[in-house]
Amino acid sequence: MELATIEELEAPTMEIPQATQPEIKTIPEKMIAQNLNCFFGKTQAIKNVTLSIPTQKVLAIIGPSGCGKSTFLRSLNRMHEVAGGTMTGTVLLDGLNIYDSDPVVVRRRVGMVFQKANPFPMMSIFDNVAAGLRLNGLGDKNKVNEIVERSLKQAALWDEVKDSLNKSGMSLSGGQQQRLCIARTLAVDPEVVLMDEPASALDPISTAKIEELIYDLKKNYTITIVTHNMQQAARVSDYTAFFYVGELIEVDDTKTMFTAPRKKRTEDYITGRFG
Amino acid sequence: MERRFEKELESLKTTLIRMGSVVEEHCKLAIKSVFEEDVPAAQKIIDSDDRINSFEIEIDNAVIDILALQQPVASDLRLILAAQKISNDLERIGDHAVNIAESTVQFSKTRPKEPSMEIPKMSELAVAMLRDALDSFVHVSPELAQAVLTRDDLIDEMNRSMTMEVVELLQKNKKFIEGGLELVRLSRNLERIADLATNIAEEVIFLAQARIVKHHAEEKKTGPVEKDAN
Repeated sequence: MELATIEELEAPTMEIPQATQPEIKTIPEKMIAQNLNCFFGKTQAIKNVTLSIPTQKVLAIIGPSGCGKSTFLRSLNRMHEVAGGTMTGTVLLDGLNIYDSDPVVVRRRVGMVFQKANPFPMMSIFDNVAAGLRLNGLGDKNKVNEIVERSLKQAALWDEVKDSLNKSGMSLSGGQQQRLCIARTLAVDPEVVLMDEPASALDPISTAKIEELIYDLKKNYTITIVTHNMQQAARVSDYTAFFYVGELIEVDDTKTMFTAPRKKRTEDYITGRFG
Repeated sequence: MERRFEKELESLKTTLIRMGSVVEEHCKLAIKSVFEEDVPAAQKIIDSDDRINSFEIEIDNAVIDILALQQPVASDLRLILAAQKISNDLERIGDHAVNIAESTVQFSKTRPKEPSMEIPKMSELAVAMLRDALDSFVHVSPELAQAVLTRDDLIDEMNRSMTMEVVELLQKNKKFIEGGLELVRLSRNLERIADLATNIAEEVIFLAQARIVKHHAEEKKTGPVEKDAN
């Protein structure tokens, strides 16, 4: 038995890992996108994507800029068409195609939180949360008070603003404004909450609060979050989907995606070797 | 452009391979010192164990830095986890090489008249398993790692039969107690080297295929699937 010297040893090479077969998902689906194609004019942003969104779980969508992840998110509550886009395919919410439904009703059931906090500038903190309720015709003051308090508590903002509900929403910090927008979204009692980079403009403390909030909210809501921050996707989500140039490359439980992804392109992206 | 992170990973792998080479060399020299009754060579092994300990600390520090600063995922994460466990296994193999070298010193005082025939075979097998486990890491070869695992039962059996042999010897000749116990100790150290080589091979399978095979963890699960080309 001769000992090989370091020089004699071949340079180590990493083989492509093989993952174990993902377990069959038994979680019921809240929404399903089927053969979804989204376009802006002639440009196709989403290419034949079929993806289930499991009930009361957090699905994170990751991928490089321009991969279509925000377009996909917006197609789930018909915001894509507001931005001038067109689509083919179906998006089912509890088995019914949202594109055969009233978009206002769809957006009430499928709420959205945007990258940049966008409180209504002329409204107080209270009115920001109550706006959607009033728009939906709720006039009972006690009921409105009750829902505003509940929504602010759900958004983990109540303790910080309960004594200043009449102050302008714009008086809050960036992180508080984002939680105010989450409270506003929750006030109309959606079933699904879509979040597009909800913490990308926030400091680490505010980001941690939003992430804790997402974790708590999944007890009652189905959540889909688009994020550029892969550590954030790993921390908050149960499932992760990887998009690349408009295609869904891989979706799996988050632990598998970040320890042993099945596709080489996913591996290369999450390990920072491309993208 | 090669990233700094990839250089750090390469450096970690290189350090681990160097540590493996030193540990393998220590095992071979310790065993040789037993057969050749070479006490000075054995003493050299005992005195140079610190070198192996330093490797372990160097790898620990590199792992802490990479985990804290780079937040690795997927195959990078598996490499780092595997590297730390393998370096720990190698350090313990180094300790067993020291134990074997100490046996050389003891045998120089109480060499048994009828040394077991199993010891040369066990030595050869333990060193071969260690060498193959290290090669499986260098080449990231789950097949070679699997071949190491299949040999573990054989050396366990040799250790049992060696112990029985010494017991029989002791029943015949009570004067042989010290030498006999030393033989059992030697056999046990060889068997432990093989066990730790098996641990290394298990880590290589985890690194290459993301499968946890130790403690028969996989027996009730499905096997690996073909990697998709996408």
